[in-house]
Amino acid sequence: MAQFLEALINGISLGSLYAIIALGYSMVYGIAKMLNFAHGDVIMVGGYIVFIVLNNMGMPAALAIPAAMLVCVALGITIEGLAYRPLRQATSLAVLITAIGVSYFLQNAAQLIWGANPRFFTIMNYGNIPVSLGKDQFNISVGKLCSVGVSVVIMLGLSFFTGKTKMGKSMRAVSEDRGAAELMGINVNRTIALTFAIGSALAGVAGAMLVGVYGVQLSPTTGAMPGIKAFTAAVFGGIGSIPGAMIGGILIGVIEILVGTFISTDLKDALTFAVLIIMLVVKPTGLLGKPIREKV
Amino acid sequence: MSLLSVQDLHVFYGNIHAIKGISFDVSEGEIVTLIGANGAGKSTTLNTVCGLLHARSGSINFNGEDITRLKASSMTARGMVLCPEGRRIFQQMTVRENLEMGGFTRPKGEIAASLERVYKQFPRLKEREKQVAGTLSGGEQQMLAMGRALMSRPKLIMLDEPSMGLAPILVEQIFEIIHSLHENGSTILLVEQNAQMALSVADRAYVLETGRITMTGPAEDLLHDDAVRKAYLGE
Repeated sequence: MAQFLEALINGISLGSLYAIIALGYSMVYGIAKMLNFAHGDVIMVGGYIVFIVLNNMGMPAALAIPAAMLVCVALGITIEGLAYRPLRQATSLAVLITAIGVSYFLQNAAQLIWGANPRFFTIMNYGNIPVSLGKDQFNISVGKLCSVGVSVVIMLGLSFFTGKTKMGKSMRAVSEDRGAAELMGINVNRTIALTFAIGSALAGVAGAMLVGVYGVQLSPTTGAMPGIKAFTAAVFGGIGSIPGAMIGGILIGVIEILVGTFISTDLKDALTFAVLIIMLVVKPTGLLGKPIREKV
Repeated sequence: MSLLSVQDLHVFYGNIHAIKGISFDVSEGEIVTLIGANGAGKSTTLNTVCGLLHARSGSINFNGEDITRLKASSMTARGMVLCPEGRRIFQQMTVRENLEMGGFTRPKGEIAASLERVYKQFPRLKEREKQVAGTLSGGEQQMLAMGRALMSRPKLIMLDEPSMGLAPILVEQIFEIIHSLHENGSTILLVEQNAQMALSVADRAYVLETGRITMTGPAEDLLHDDAVRKAYLGE
């Protein structure tokens, strides 16, 4: 029982990390109508920035995380402007291939700058909360608990932003009908750039968590696997939906840890993706995805 | 001086020469209508004027400024708005949010008063304020599209097929609204396949045939012109 609870809590915590990444995928997909496969690699860059600021420069985490976010935002906007914006009228396949190209570019650029050897990172230890359950005992890491809190705050913040603010509403308008939004006087390019900025800021946070809280070793391909998992989560929850990304992320995290704990560590990735395939067969729009409807 | 003046406009879709050198103008306070068959180039003309499409040659002047090369998103702030074909309201947003988007370029303090005005013109929209727009009936969606356009306090409203797909009684209602907008001083450029209704509400009309203007004059005269009656009024 204690083992199950511990796994569940770890799953929710890992899932909240996936959720933050999935939110970036989902928002960009919802508004720019493209799968930004370079998103995972922006996370990797965020991780390196945290590593440099924290380990090499000896600055506090309170400085490292904003630094990572800032670099990621600049990177995200640059990628959007240079690689995706010229393809605004192109077919979605061309954009997809470009995104994959950007992903490889970032991985190789990182290898050139920081080398291929993995960096080991001293995990920020914020202490543990011991929990006793009958005669069983286990620890909950405060850092992991915080990451759940951070992702909930981010989700609520984004929901408020898109639901209540003028900029957020204009994003939804662009997401629904780009041409009509333009007729309202909304600058579509600027709105899409803003979406990339938000998604990339989230990638910066995720990068910091990945290396700082979860202790993932840092290498140029660090972002690839969490990126794919989070993409799975976004599709699972219904791509384009903010609460969907959150729920999808947490479910994928929980499934992964439970399978890893009770069935087999080797199978955890396979089973996670199997769940995605089942989801796509049963409900292709995902848990909270909206079916496409048209009314003339 | 005219509010909108289009000179020798040529528009292409790839290699297809859709608009072949048309010129027309709209003066302040007028309702001008472009009528013509399906595929004559009516919507293409409106989309080019508002910047969604760009002309290969020719010029478009609005309110004393050359707007030929400007983007669609910069038109609303200049006082020109297009209420597009097929309405294109934001289906997943509420009625009120749709109207707020219409006032995107306006100062924040003005929105409440603009909403008030639109709700006065379309009381039905006020009743449905919090409803998701996709659940409105066709007629209500058209009202919302027009209300949304009015939110930007335009000098010129361009309406593209406002009666499309509506029941006859709703078509009457929409034209009554166009008439009352006119009486309140709005300048309107109207594109319609329903030539009968369009000519009866408009001051002047242009007949468009495969990308060329073949006839122009007071709407009243065209309404009684034999050739027009034969071609467009089904007689």
